[in-house]
Amino acid sequence: MNQTDIQNLLDEPACDHNTAGKTGCARAKPGATQGGCAFDGAQIAMLPIADAAHIVHGPIGCAGSSWDLRGSLSSGPQLYRMGMTTELSDVDVIMGRGEKKLFHAIHRAVERYKPTAVFVYGTCVPAMQGDDIEAVARDASQRWNIPVIPVDCAGFYGTKSLGNRIAGETLYQRVIGTREPAPVPQGVVPTDVKVHDINLIGEYNIAGEFWRVAPLFDELGLRILCTLSGDARFQEVQTMHRAEVNMVVCSKAMLNVARHLQDDFGTPFFEGSFYGIADTSQALRDIARIIGDPSLIVRTELLILREEAKAQRALEPWRERLTGKRALIFSGGVKSWSIVSALQDLGMDIIATGTEKSTAEDRARILELMGDQARMIDDNDQAALMATCRETQADILIAGGRYLYAALKSKLAFLDINHERDFGYAGYTGLVELAKQLALAVESPIWQRLHQQPAWLQASASSAIAAQAGGV
Amino acid sequence: MARITQTNKPLSVNPLRVSQPMGAALAFLGLNRSIPLEHGAQGCTAFSKVFFTRHFREPIPLQTTAMDMVSTVMGSDERLEEALLTITEQHNPEVIGLITTGLSEMQGADIQRVLRTFNLRYGKKGPSIVAVNTPDTLGGLESGFALAVYALIEQLLPSSIRLPDIYRPPQVNVLASSMLTPADLEALRDWIESFGLQAILLPDLSDSLDGHLTEEGFSNLTIGGLTRPALASMNNSRLTLVIGNSLNAAADLLHERTGIPDVRFTGLSSIAECDAFIQALTEVSGQPVPAKIQRQRAQLMDALVDSYMGLGDVRVAIGADSDQLLALGNFFDDTGLRLVASVSPCNTQLLERLNTEEVLVGDFEDLEDRARATGAQVMIGNSHALQSAERLGIPLIRAGFPQYDYYGASARQWVGYRGMRQLVFELANLRCAQNGGIAPYHSELRQNFNQVPTAHLVEQPARSLLS
Repeated sequence: MNQTDIQNLLDEPACDHNTAGKTGCARAKPGATQGGCAFDGAQIAMLPIADAAHIVHGPIGCAGSSWDLRGSLSSGPQLYRMGMTTELSDVDVIMGRGEKKLFHAIHRAVERYKPTAVFVYGTCVPAMQGDDIEAVARDASQRWNIPVIPVDCAGFYGTKSLGNRIAGETLYQRVIGTREPAPVPQGVVPTDVKVHDINLIGEYNIAGEFWRVAPLFDELGLRILCTLSGDARFQEVQTMHRAEVNMVVCSKAMLNVARHLQDDFGTPFFEGSFYGIADTSQALRDIARIIGDPSLIVRTELLILREEAKAQRALEPWRERLTGKRALIFSGGVKSWSIVSALQDLGMDIIATGTEKSTAEDRARILELMGDQARMIDDNDQAALMATCRETQADILIAGGRYLYAALKSKLAFLDINHERDFGYAGYTGLVELAKQLALAVESPIWQRLHQQPAWLQASASSAIAAQAGGV
Repeated sequence: MARITQTNKPLSVNPLRVSQPMGAALAFLGLNRSIPLEHGAQGCTAFSKVFFTRHFREPIPLQTTAMDMVSTVMGSDERLEEALLTITEQHNPEVIGLITTGLSEMQGADIQRVLRTFNLRYGKKGPSIVAVNTPDTLGGLESGFALAVYALIEQLLPSSIRLPDIYRPPQVNVLASSMLTPADLEALRDWIESFGLQAILLPDLSDSLDGHLTEEGFSNLTIGGLTRPALASMNNSRLTLVIGNSLNAAADLLHERTGIPDVRFTGLSSIAECDAFIQALTEVSGQPVPAKIQRQRAQLMDALVDSYMGLGDVRVAIGADSDQLLALGNFFDDTGLRLVASVSPCNTQLLERLNTEEVLVGDFEDLEDRARATGAQVMIGNSHALQSAERLGIPLIRAGFPQYDYYGASARQWVGYRGMRQLVFELANLRCAQNGGIAPYHSELRQNFNQVPTAHLVEQPARSLLS
C-alpha cells in the first residue's frame, strides 16, 4: 500500500472528523501515543467473521499477543478464535521464504479447518521484505478453490483507526457484492409482514450483547443480511450490497463501507447506537423511517412502547440505588453522549464526560443533554483524568479498558465499557444489566476499605518521609 | 444482627456436626510426642482415626480404652488405668490427652479421680496426662477442641510470678482455634517472627500435621507440635493473641493464671483484623512493620480492586463451625459478598453478630434447602457439602473437617492478607466460570446459504470473487 492509498483512506468524506484544517485521523506522536497499529485495527474489524480462517502473516509478535482476546462472540462457528500465523523466523526473513510459507500456511488452514474463506493479514516484516501477499492469495485461491482475501495492513501504515478503514476498504473491494442473498425463509413472519433487509456496520457483538437486541429485529420482520462484523459469516458479508438501509453502529471505524454502499448501490445509511433506552428506540425508529414501510413504522412504535415500559419497570429498583450518584464518563469507542443519556435514564448525575474523539456534533449533543454546566475533558492523559475524578468527587468512573487499571489504582469505583468487558449492555435489557453493574460497583464495600489505613501504615509512611527528609 | 434458628428436626440429614471428642483429639495432636486416648468403645477411636487420616493424609496417633460390655456395666476405671500404663510403657509419650466420649460420660466415669489415683500410684515422672470431658452428646469439633485447649492450660501451665517485661523473652502466645489450618499457623508464625518475636502456638498443628516427610518415618506419637517445656514457658510471654471466639474461656483462664494481656480476634480473614494483628505485633515488639507485610497488604488491596466486579453481590451459602462462619462473615463484609444461607452445627450466641438474616443451627439438608431458596451461587463447606452443591449445580469451596476427597486441605491458607487474596481470586474465578453470559440468539430470518437452489447461484452476482 503506498502513501496515496493511505492518504485516501484517512481522507474519509463521510467522517465528521474530516473537517477543514484537519484531514482525517491525527498522526501518532512519538513518546506520547496510546492505542494499536493498523494491523491491530484491521484484524479487530474482520476477526469476528466467524467461519473464516484468519492467518496473520508475520513474526509471532503480531498474532502471538493478540489472538483470541476480543470479546466478540459467535452463535455458530468458532473458527475465528483459532490463532493462525505464519510465525516468520529470522531464517525465513533472511532466506526470503515468507511467501512460500504463507502459501503452505493457507493450504494447511484450508485442509485442516475447512474454512469458508481465508483472510491473510500482511504485517510489518513481510511488507518490508516485499512479500506479494496479493499474488500468493490469488494463487492459493485458485489452487484450492476458496476465497483468500489479502489484507494489506502493515502496522507502520498508521493507527488502529486506519486499520479499521483498511478492513472496510478491503471488504468492500474484494468481498461485498460477490454473492446474492439467500431467499427469505418462509413462515417465520406472518404473511402480511414484508421482510426488509438491513445491515449493521460496526456492531461487534461484544460479550454477546447484540443477542439482547436481535430478537426485536426478527419480530419486526427486519432481516439482518450481515452484521459487520460481530457474529458474521463470510457469505453474509458477500451479500451486504442488497440491504435497504445500513445502520452504522456507534463507531466511525467502518464508515467507509457505508459510504461506498451509498455511492455505488444507493443504500441510505444512518449512525445510531443500542446503548440506553432512548438510543435503542431511536435506532429502531430510524430504520423504519428510512425503509418507509407504513406497517413497519406502526409495528416499530408499538414494540418501542412495550419494550420501554418493560425496561422502566425492570430499572425501578436499580434507579433507587443509583439516583444522585455522581459519574464521570470517559469513553473510547462508544460515543460519550450515548452513555450520558443512558446514565441520566438511571437518575445519575453526570459531572463530566470525555470528548477525546468527539466531533463538534457530538459536543452539541452533550451540551444539550448536560446543560451549560457540562464539563468536557479533552485530554487522554490518565493522570489528569484521575485528578479530575478526585476534584469532582465522582462516585464512579465509567471508561474504556485503557483507563481501567489507572482508575483502580486510584481506588476509584470503575465500570468498564470497552471491548474487553465481560458484560453486554446493548438494548433495553442491556441497560438493566448496566444499572445492575453500576450499582454493584458503587456499592462495593472495597472502596471504603481501600481508604482505611491502619495506624502502623500511617506511621511507616510518615517515618519514610522523615527518613527521606533526613537524607537530604 | 442475625436471627439464630434451631431447626429442631426429628431427623438430622447429612450432618455437619463432628463430634466433640474428635475436636479434643485434634487439639492434642498439636502437641509434640503426644497421643490422644479416647475413653469409650473402640469404634469412636477407629472412626476418629480414619477421619483425620483421610483429611490430613497422615498417620494419626490415637488410642482407645476399648470399653467392653463388662467394663461398661461394672466400671471402666481399671481399663482406663491399663490403657494409660500400656501407652506409657510402649510409646513413652510426653503427653496423653485423655478424652471422654458419650459412653464413658453416660456411664459416669470420673476420669479426674482415676487420674489422681493413677498419678499417686505411678508418680508424675511419666507422660503428662491431660484429662478433658467431652461427651459427644454436646457441642462439636470446635467446642471439643476448645475444651482441650482449656484443659492443657489448666493442667500443664504452672502458675508463676509475673516477671517485669524487661526480663521476659521476646515471645508471644497464640491460642489457635480449630478453624486454623497448618498453613494458617505457619503464616501466623512467619508474621510474628518477622517482628523478631518467638511464637508459641497452642496447639501447634503446623508442626505436627502439616505433612512433611521425616527421617523418623512412622511413629505411634505425634512428630512435632508444641513441646511441654515450650507450653510451660507460656507464662513468660509478653502478649497472648487469641484467634477464634471458641477459645475465649481458655483465654480468660490463661489471662487469670499469668496476667499476660491478650488481644482477641474473631478471625484473621478481614482487613481490619489483620491490621489490628499487625498493630499488636508492632507494639509489643517495638519493631516497625516489615516492608514484606506492607507489600502483602498492598497486594490484597490490588486483588480487591481487580476482582470486585466478580465478587459484588455473589450469594454464598456456608456450612461451618461458628468460628469459621464468623471469620468468613467478616471477609464477606469486606468483599461485598452476600451470605444468604448459613448453617452452624452448634449454637453460640456470637452467631448473632453475622451480617445475615438468619443462621440455622442444623445440617447440610438445611443448608441445601436454604441455598436453593435463596439462589446461592457458591457453597462453602466440608467435603460432605459436595452432594448438595452438585444437586444445586454450584461450585463448592472446601473448608473445615473433613476434606476426604481433596488434596491440600492443610496447605490451604485462609488467614492474613495472603490468605484473603487467594480466596478473593478463587471466588472471582468461580464466578467468572459460572457467568455464562448472554445466550446466543439464532435468528430464524438469518440467511441460509445451504438451501439456496442451484438456479439462484447461476444468477449473475454483482461481481465474481474467484477471479
